[in-house]
Amino acid sequence: MTTQTLDNARTDVRGNSALAWPDQIFQKLCEADVRQVVYVPDAGHARLIELCQSKMNATVLTTEEEGIGILAGAWLGGQRGVLLMQSSGVGNCINTLSLAKVCAFPLVMLVTMRGQWGEMNPWQVPMGRITGENLRLASAIVYEVEEPDLAASAVEAATRIAFNGGLTAAVLLSQRMIGTKLFKD
Amino acid sequence: MGNKDKLSRRAAVACILAERGDSLVVTGLGSPTYDCAAAGDHPNNFYLWGAMGSALTVGLGLAMAQPRRRVLVVTGDGELLMGLGALATVGVKKPENLAVAVIDNEHYGETGMQRSHTSAGVDLAGIALHSGFRETTVVRDMGELVGALPLLGKAIGPVLVVLKVSATKDPLVVPSWDGPYLKMRFREAVLGAQA
Repeated sequence: MTTQTLDNARTDVRGNSALAWPDQIFQKLCEADVRQVVYVPDAGHARLIELCQSKMNATVLTTEEEGIGILAGAWLGGQRGVLLMQSSGVGNCINTLSLAKVCAFPLVMLVTMRGQWGEMNPWQVPMGRITGENLRLASAIVYEVEEPDLAASAVEAATRIAFNGGLTAAVLLSQRMIGTKLFKD
Repeated sequence: MGNKDKLSRRAAVACILAERGDSLVVTGLGSPTYDCAAAGDHPNNFYLWGAMGSALTVGLGLAMAQPRRRVLVVTGDGELLMGLGALATVGVKKPENLAVAVIDNEHYGETGMQRSHTSAGVDLAGIALHSGFRETTVVRDMGELVGALPLLGKAIGPVLVVLKVSATKDPLVVPSWDGPYLKMRFREAVLGAQA
């Protein structure tokens, strides 16, 4: 939900800027024939969103649950899609997740985590702490990724199980991996 | 204006769907779903029974995936009010094949006919227009509805028509609520063997 723009303040756990994983995820989305990408703007997903805009139908949302409806409609019309969001957005989605569950629509969510390692803003912590549990309670298969090298394979696994089985799958990209927003100019 | 002067929702929806051709129809939960079922079940109908606020977004995703088919969303004032942001999202994407019919009785029919925001003057056609819809209008009788049929059926979208209807409780006409069945039936109708 919170839009971040301080890309220059991001560092990964080793103090390097992490560049490769969004490109690797994008490749997996192309291989999975993903045509629609729906998202709320997010600093952690900025690079992936940029890549998706170049090749897919990218739709910016006012709130994350819109994406669940759009992707259900896309599937009805024969297209695959993914929903990109921040962990706070998962809370916005809870009731709408029933649409995917009750109709067995495939749903792939790639979630950048807030409220974890090194979080400076305490307002991000309550939702960040319950993101995975909320998704599991809503019947999602949840893959939590801590290492950039494992992000693409988690996305591949999520797209495979969701599109093959009409299931909901979420990949949670940890804050430690993505980097912490430091609230500095 | 008394109820007797307003549109009957069942007659209005039947009038719209009589002109459906090969349109794909997404319905919002509650009475709009029953209204569309009452006009005749159809494999090109996808009925929502929940996920309130999602009828328009399902219609948007479908319209973008099937740009050569007309997509008609039939929903209620309360259902649309729960997902008002979707009007802005549609206004930004501007799918030319998307039309929305809002069956506006100014009440929540499923929960005991409590008044909705539209009864206090909230203007859904105005919100849609200023969110980027190409054209919107409000119709209050059958003559005006007939005049708006080309807007719903043919005009370049996104377009939205608010139908001010009587707050009646009509006989329940309950279509299937088996989600996987409705999904597969719809996909087979639209995609054929590809589904």
